[in-house]
Amino acid sequence: MTTPTLMPFDEAMERYEPVLGLETHVELGTASKMFCGCPTAFGAPPNTQVCPVCLGLPGSLPVANAKAIESTIRIGLALNCSIAEWCRFARKNYFYPDMPKNFQISQYDEPLCFDGYLDVEVDGKTVRIGIERVHLEEDTGKSTHVGGSTGRIHGADYSIVDYNRAGIPLVEIVTKPIPGADRLAPEVARAYVTELRELMRALGVSDVRMEEGSLRCDVNVSLMPRGGDEWGTRTETKNVNSLRSVERAVRHEIERQAAILAEGGRIVQETRHFHEDTGITTSGRSKEEAQDYRYFPEPDLVPIAPAREWVEELRAALPELPSVRRRRLQAEWGVSDLDMAAMHNADAIDLVEATVAAGAAPADARKWWMGELARRANEAGTALADLPITPAEVARVSELVASGSLNDKLARQVLEGVLAGEGSPDEVVERRGLKVVSDEGELAALVDQVIAENADAADKVRNGKIAAAGALVGGVMKASRGKADAARARELILQKLGVSG
Amino acid sequence: MSDLTRKTAAELGRLIASGEVSAVEVTRAHLDRIAEIEPKIDAFLHVAEESAIEQARAVDERRAAGEELGPLAGVPIAHKDIFTTVDMPTTAASKILQGWRPPYDATVTRRLREAGLVIVGKTNLDEFAMGSSTENSAYKPSRNPWDLSRVPGGSSGGSSAAVAAYATPLATGTDTGGSIRQPAAVTGIVGMKPTYGGSSRYGLIAFASSLDTPGPFARNVLDAALLHEAFSGHDPMDSTSIDAPVPPVVEAARQADVAGLRVGVIKEFGGEGYQPGVLRRFQEAVELLESLGAKTVEVSCPSFAYALPAYYLIAPSECSSNLARFDAMRYGLRVGDNGVRSAEEVMALTRAAGFGPEVKRRIMLGTYALSSGYYDAYYGSAQKVRTLIARDFEAAFHQVDVLVSPTSPTTAFKLGERTDDPMAMYLADLCTIPSNLAGNAAISVPCGLAEEDDLPVGLQILAPVLGDDRCYRVAAAVEKALEDRWGGPLLKEAPSL
Repeated sequence: MTTPTLMPFDEAMERYEPVLGLETHVELGTASKMFCGCPTAFGAPPNTQVCPVCLGLPGSLPVANAKAIESTIRIGLALNCSIAEWCRFARKNYFYPDMPKNFQISQYDEPLCFDGYLDVEVDGKTVRIGIERVHLEEDTGKSTHVGGSTGRIHGADYSIVDYNRAGIPLVEIVTKPIPGADRLAPEVARAYVTELRELMRALGVSDVRMEEGSLRCDVNVSLMPRGGDEWGTRTETKNVNSLRSVERAVRHEIERQAAILAEGGRIVQETRHFHEDTGITTSGRSKEEAQDYRYFPEPDLVPIAPAREWVEELRAALPELPSVRRRRLQAEWGVSDLDMAAMHNADAIDLVEATVAAGAAPADARKWWMGELARRANEAGTALADLPITPAEVARVSELVASGSLNDKLARQVLEGVLAGEGSPDEVVERRGLKVVSDEGELAALVDQVIAENADAADKVRNGKIAAAGALVGGVMKASRGKADAARARELILQKLGVSG
Repeated sequence: MSDLTRKTAAELGRLIASGEVSAVEVTRAHLDRIAEIEPKIDAFLHVAEESAIEQARAVDERRAAGEELGPLAGVPIAHKDIFTTVDMPTTAASKILQGWRPPYDATVTRRLREAGLVIVGKTNLDEFAMGSSTENSAYKPSRNPWDLSRVPGGSSGGSSAAVAAYATPLATGTDTGGSIRQPAAVTGIVGMKPTYGGSSRYGLIAFASSLDTPGPFARNVLDAALLHEAFSGHDPMDSTSIDAPVPPVVEAARQADVAGLRVGVIKEFGGEGYQPGVLRRFQEAVELLESLGAKTVEVSCPSFAYALPAYYLIAPSECSSNLARFDAMRYGLRVGDNGVRSAEEVMALTRAAGFGPEVKRRIMLGTYALSSGYYDAYYGSAQKVRTLIARDFEAAFHQVDVLVSPTSPTTAFKLGERTDDPMAMYLADLCTIPSNLAGNAAISVPCGLAEEDDLPVGLQILAPVLGDDRCYRVAAAVEKALEDRWGGPLLKEAPSL
């Protein structure tokens, strides 16, 4: 695999304007498959969740999953789409061993939902992403190609197929072309997929786990010269399996295409594969000899004609959408746009909300999740939500601080203990002996000792240089190994030195 | 010939239910008859002697246990080898499915079993039901019991031959463009294409999904109605199945009365290309209906002229997609897998070796008709014609209660006579195709022998969607009047057996 020539991003942006397009596939979390009654659980032994229908055995027939149709309409409504009054499934014909019927039941020119939008926030600006269509189809089986260097079918020694995934309902969400994102294009792409994922979660239609493939994203990128008005040839990058990869893939394609165009080359319209490890894309099959899918209306299924009253019922029953919820929480918590955006980017909003619900003050909840815990997650290379600590535990730590039992320094040690699996916050406090020294006698003795040991500082304070008290407080903290209540220590010091704070 | 094989299905059902004969006796008699005549007619791809006796014994045991039996319990039936059966191979008469044992029963199969019918075997057909003579079977052609040098019609020709040869009183078929009615007509028996969606396609190996319709064969109208009732009705496994009660077909077959009924004669079906003897028998049938009190009137259905070309775009288009699954990956034939060739190469070699010439012709026609740039001109236009044909039917059924026509333009043709001329073969379905395109009900009932060749002629009676009972009512009236005239059924003895 040769490393492609790249043009630095800034230079590429000076010379070219990117146009994006995103196609996202979301596996619906229905109990049964799209056209049969097989279960959809992830991770079952291969080919155990199959039947004559999803194996495409001769004579078998599909029956559409009503729940999947409902979920798709709800997604369409949440994306501000129009809902078709009448539409059909269509067959997409092509041969591939992971497709049991050698056609995929999909939708073609009559999608269930069309013409909507999704607003995303990037860099403090709202960007409106147009939604071309939302349609429903069935997933294929999963091929594993064994042998060969590429992990793809060509060159493999043999391939094995797991049909458990065949027939799982899949919703395809296609954006309209997105011009004008300019140098924010990578961030816009990422923000769109992030927002979409949150929307799916809020709707409860999918677990949207990119690593398990229940949310998959294809990224289309083309460049046009600055001042031009004709869009360039686009590439379609597949295998983009994380939010970070979405951003990287867009950036890489911009840099790669810009380098080619700058040398007078031409972009090949093709499918490309993104490689997580190297961050580059490589050529897949060329789309220039476009495959003819010979779409035609699926004769085994009846048209879908959602009653208008039903669509309105679904619309009325939509949950609070993530952007609306964020605005509400921001107001409730009284945080700045910037802090809210930071929490959003860090995927911390749900955690903070749950921590607040468990009794913590919003500012405290945010402080822990975005501070100490974010740092720990970053160190461990895991998502915030995957840290082994619950919002209730964070709320308890916060409560202990608020009541004066812990100070921030001790609280950090408690969090460390919880993350290390030492038990609940109270257990960690108990086992590590982490409690603020608030016994007045003990504290007074420490204060006396520190004053005696720091006569110079004590004199300065007596003479009115209140700021010098900081050194004395530091001394008390040090002598108590961090367990003293710093505020109370300061009060006692000032009192004993005859100054009022 | 044993007496039991001469009886109607209704009679056999009564005798078994009353205990006068056992289901095992009835089944043995038919198995003996099959053994005797099968070498001549080649109706079966698989005869299941042991399982047939077992099924019959189960019926006898149920009766012995005091259970009340349905009207067809214990009656032998021949099952077209395009319906899946867990206990018998299912091949659709194609090499590509040789030896395949389905892991599930078709809905029709299941309902036959639930009705206590004894499935004695699977019958021959044109490969994947594509043809009008069974000569496209990958295994063997079946022969017409009236004249062994002639075809029994197709695609359900094994079923029509079996029933006409008294091998079984009943058989199943599927009708995509006439595949039940035309074989019934040319073998002198009754064959019904129910309303599309009236009988389940689940487990019927698809040829053209929007046209395929399971239906019954019998030697008389009442038996056909009893079988129709036994396996029809809504099936949640088939999305195109109609969620409505089965029309009262048995009652209509018993009613057998046409007084006051308005009968339309389709103007477009007749004249050039039609055998004179077929037209004469048809004309007499129309006169007979008048004599029985029906009012006949000529009705024009101008779009029917385009039915055949529209059919030969829609059916191959759907077939090109339906047959894509036969790729050697999961079941059936696999050719050329030497551990070196790619999956793609093995698919291509398997399909080249496993499909016969007519199947390949239709896959290619359909692939072409659906390809981008041609879709609108071919598949799209054909769908418009389909709408026009449905409108012609609608307009006609405003005027009349049923329509009539000859079932097929000619009587049974000779084996090999049309195999080199696909168009001539396709013309056999000229009169039957419109009902498949529109989805309405139609039946073929014998109306005499053509004087040129002494071979049977079928009268086709067409009714609106879900008007299946009208087909039976008129067919039964015609049957009754003709049997009175003939002094018994047209088919007393299969002449060449």
